[in-house]
Amino acid sequence: MSKFLTASIGRKFIMSISGLFLVMFLAVHLSVNLLLIFDDSGELFNIAAHFMVTNPLIRIVEPLLGLGFLVHIIWSFFLEYQNWKARPVKYNQKNPAVASTWTSRNMLVLGALVLVFLIIHIINFYWVIRFTGGVQEITINGEHMEDTYSLVAGLFKTSVIYDIIYVLGGILLGFHLSHGFWSAFHTLGLSNKQWMSRLQIIGKIYAVIIAVGFSIIPLYFLIKF
Amino acid sequence: MSILDSKIPEGPLAEKWNKHKSNIKVVSPANKRKLEVIVVGTGLGGASAAASLAELGYKVKAFCYQDSPRRAHSIAAQGGINAAKNYQNDNDSVFRLFYDTIKGGDYRAREANVYRLAEVSPNIIDQCVAQGVPFGREYGGLLDNRSFGGVLVSRTFYARGQTGQQLLLGAYQALNRQISKGNVEMYSRHEMLDVVKIDGKARGIIARDLVSGEIKRFGAHAVVVATGGYGNVFFLSTNAMGSNGSAAWQCYKKGAMMSNPCFVQIHPTCIPVHGDQQSKLTLMSESLRNDGRVWVPKKNEDAEKLRKGEIGPNDIPEDDRDFYLERRYPSYGNLVPRDVASRAAKERCDAGFGVNAEGKAVYLDFKYAIERLGKDVIKARYGNLFQMYEKITDVDPYKEPMMIYPAIHYSMGGTWVDYNLMTTVPGLYSIGEANFSDHGANRLGASALMQGLADGYFVLPYTIGDYLADEILTPKADTNALEFEEAEKAVTGRIEKLFNIKGSKPVDYFHKKLGHVMWDYVGMSRNAEGLKKAIEMIKEIREEFWKDVKIPGELNNLNPELEKAGRVADFLDIGELMAHDALDRNESCGGHFREESVTEDGEAKRDDEQFTYVSCWEFNGEGKEPVLHKEDLVFENVKLTQRSYK
Amino acid sequence: MADKILKKLNIKVWRQNNAQDKGRFETYTIENISTGSSFLEMLDILNNNLIEEGKDPIAFDHDCREGICGTCSLFINGRAHGPDTEVTTCQLHMRKFKDGETITIEPWRAAAFPVIKDLVVDRTAFEKILQAGGYISVNTGGVPDANAIPISHEDAEESMDAASCIGCGACVAACKNSSAMLFVSAKVAHLAKLPQGKVEAKSRARKMVAKMDELGFGGCTNTGACEVECPKSISITNIARLNREYLTARFSE
Repeated sequence: MSKFLTASIGRKFIMSISGLFLVMFLAVHLSVNLLLIFDDSGELFNIAAHFMVTNPLIRIVEPLLGLGFLVHIIWSFFLEYQNWKARPVKYNQKNPAVASTWTSRNMLVLGALVLVFLIIHIINFYWVIRFTGGVQEITINGEHMEDTYSLVAGLFKTSVIYDIIYVLGGILLGFHLSHGFWSAFHTLGLSNKQWMSRLQIIGKIYAVIIAVGFSIIPLYFLIKF
Repeated sequence: MSILDSKIPEGPLAEKWNKHKSNIKVVSPANKRKLEVIVVGTGLGGASAAASLAELGYKVKAFCYQDSPRRAHSIAAQGGINAAKNYQNDNDSVFRLFYDTIKGGDYRAREANVYRLAEVSPNIIDQCVAQGVPFGREYGGLLDNRSFGGVLVSRTFYARGQTGQQLLLGAYQALNRQISKGNVEMYSRHEMLDVVKIDGKARGIIARDLVSGEIKRFGAHAVVVATGGYGNVFFLSTNAMGSNGSAAWQCYKKGAMMSNPCFVQIHPTCIPVHGDQQSKLTLMSESLRNDGRVWVPKKNEDAEKLRKGEIGPNDIPEDDRDFYLERRYPSYGNLVPRDVASRAAKERCDAGFGVNAEGKAVYLDFKYAIERLGKDVIKARYGNLFQMYEKITDVDPYKEPMMIYPAIHYSMGGTWVDYNLMTTVPGLYSIGEANFSDHGANRLGASALMQGLADGYFVLPYTIGDYLADEILTPKADTNALEFEEAEKAVTGRIEKLFNIKGSKPVDYFHKKLGHVMWDYVGMSRNAEGLKKAIEMIKEIREEFWKDVKIPGELNNLNPELEKAGRVADFLDIGELMAHDALDRNESCGGHFREESVTEDGEAKRDDEQFTYVSCWEFNGEGKEPVLHKEDLVFENVKLTQRSYK
Repeated sequence: MADKILKKLNIKVWRQNNAQDKGRFETYTIENISTGSSFLEMLDILNNNLIEEGKDPIAFDHDCREGICGTCSLFINGRAHGPDTEVTTCQLHMRKFKDGETITIEPWRAAAFPVIKDLVVDRTAFEKILQAGGYISVNTGGVPDANAIPISHEDAEESMDAASCIGCGACVAACKNSSAMLFVSAKVAHLAKLPQGKVEAKSRARKMVAKMDELGFGGCTNTGACEVECPKSISITNIARLNREYLTARFSE
């Protein structure tokens, strides 16, 4: 099996599986986050966030998610290094734009930028909620919980810089997905003459939903408040 | 007669091959392992032979000058492969395929060989399908057939317009399998430069490693030459740039006779030459003549305007178009055989009706077929060919007729072989286009692929055993033997001689010059005076070549100019022999047209009284006239008739 | 339509005397080239000029010059087989270039395709991949009648689509990762689409991929550049098929 993990298709298999796992996570993450803009009181979002923090199933999945990120990131560098090695002497003149999209050729660049964003994102929220503390506490429907809504809304309302960073993060993620989504299916062999173009379209739609969905949140707070 | 024993088995035609197979010797598996066979060339013949021999257990060394066996020029064959399967229930049979091939070859091929070819043809299709050749199929899942020129049945199997490619890939895959098993040692980018004889038998070759320039010796118990034809003697042809006659020519110099070298096929539908920068001619499949109409203008002044580019073909009214094939050959029309169509095009162009700037092109017009069948039907049939034509000429054949002109395509002539495919040198075999045996004076469409694979899969693997059975006690060839040393010395000497001329003109200069002489005097139309003149002119070019050729680069490095120089040196000799042969054969038959031998209305006239023989030329030393031997052709099963397509 | 004359072209070309040589670019000028000439005919003329000037001509691979043997290569102006689609270099014509233009010619670049001389590269790696399993294991003779196994028209056509690969290596050259996946998948799909080839489909995929990895080709990241630059437009859906065959082979071990 170790041979499989380092074989070219094996490496890609790991990327696809971890990628699709992250794709699923993004869907959950976005649906929870969208509650931020549908209830200005913050109650809905806080309840959802509290549920996510306390639900035992989510607690179990959380380390898996972390592992998913780690594997996706580590394998991407490994893979890129192998691919880079396959052409020791580079071309003097290249005209790749006629044959492929910029996005598809620069998944590592996009991924790395998303990673930078991810780190900022973790420092902003996750780290504060889970480790450093200092989030105000409130009571909703008799239940005691952290006021995560205020933490998020507070940041987006006060810092234009962070709003821009989060919009950019959403867009970068969208581009990454516009290639990554169908590519993952293709690598798993779940594609053929009919399904390839279908998957490409579904992937693009998904990418737009993710990009717009995540970007709209900081923009909402920026514009409304 | 002893040196020309054709070894044709006795008995009725239909039983000869079976009888022969049961009479020839067989080598035991244990002994096969000890026997080595060299196969030079990896086209359909070479690759199929190398793979089949290795499967039988022989130790095979295979050679090709290309960087991979898959690139041999068999790959370029478009239309299809014939086989007497009778899948269409149209009364096809082994005899009918045999008869069509003999008649198509204008009665200048051996009955027994051709019959065997027809007999094994169905096995070829079975074999190829088992290997994974994706032949065209009907919607019911069974194999589809096409019809081809010169025959009345549908027996041509095809894989789109890439039949040669798919068949070669099939043989190449079989070859790869044997390479991976260690039964074949593959030497790519190696060119055979001489054959080595020990005790009168072929025991190995000298080859140049084209990358390092190293001259190497290879020993074996038998040598098979499958190196294709010599069409490039004309400089411009449909052959690949590297296709050459050198391997066959070295065999000739070592005692293998050359037969019917003047029989070359001129294909009527090639893209015409433009200007003087052209390096190679591109074939447009014969199938196009099924739906295209060939014409030139009726009026000389129209032709003149076309040549100057003042008008286009669509400006010429219907009544001013001369559909000369339909006019001259009302019954066959545009589907006359290749040789007839080629000569008719040349006749019109010589008379001043040629339509391109050089005056050497005729139109092949699809307007009428598009009107009749619709553009979609034509596109489905010929889409890839039309696209290729447009890429090369920048003219859209859906809107404007194609321009075509005849070009050298195939050599029916080649090394003389007996029924076992062995040359006049014991242990030296010649298969596929390299030998002379099956196509007579003209080859039918879709028969070259059939012959290459028949020889390689189903004939040679049997017949070579008859010879090798007597060689089981012969030890491995000692490449340190004097004969190898001398052969290597001769090869090195020749290369160094060429390299050290350091003259002033590149190889291409001489090749083009030779090509012009060949085309003008030994081309589509020949006469005694012209042929004698050609022999003299070739001698002059040869003299100049050996004084003034300039080969750059290094001896011990990849050096394409050096490779070309060696091949052109041999082409000069081959060209001269072709002229000798054409001069000897004072009759018109198939692709060979002598102006002295025509009917009253200018058609080709065969002379069966005097020329029902295979000419076999024996090398008689450098600078000396070759010696002519004759193998009489005996026809017991077909009646010789004059071909007519009127 | 009518041919024109390109008065002057600058040809910037990679020169490297042998595998060990470091190599460098050289620029030559060439005059009066007909737009009706093929790209390789232009190089023939340049070479004859070089020979007459006493210089070493440029080595490049070519043979059939009708787009089927797969010998010609050349990375021209940043693209495999140059600025036309669905053609090999030998079918590329000079009408695709402008008078006075500088044309950059490089060899295929990949660790698995080392340069032999100038623009000639060694594609033996492709041979080795096919030798690892790119065939159906049948011997000559003893096979069933060709019509014994019906194959649907569609399957035969799809198989033929994949089988039309000419092994030129443009896919590797055009891929940012120098991946040979399109080449490998074309052979795997060609054979796997046919009942005869299905028998060995899984082990074939496994062996060929293992060999491909061993020879130093990169991995596929589905950019699709290979399909666009492939002179025979071989589809990347074959790659999905190869992935499927390979993964099921590995998981059923």
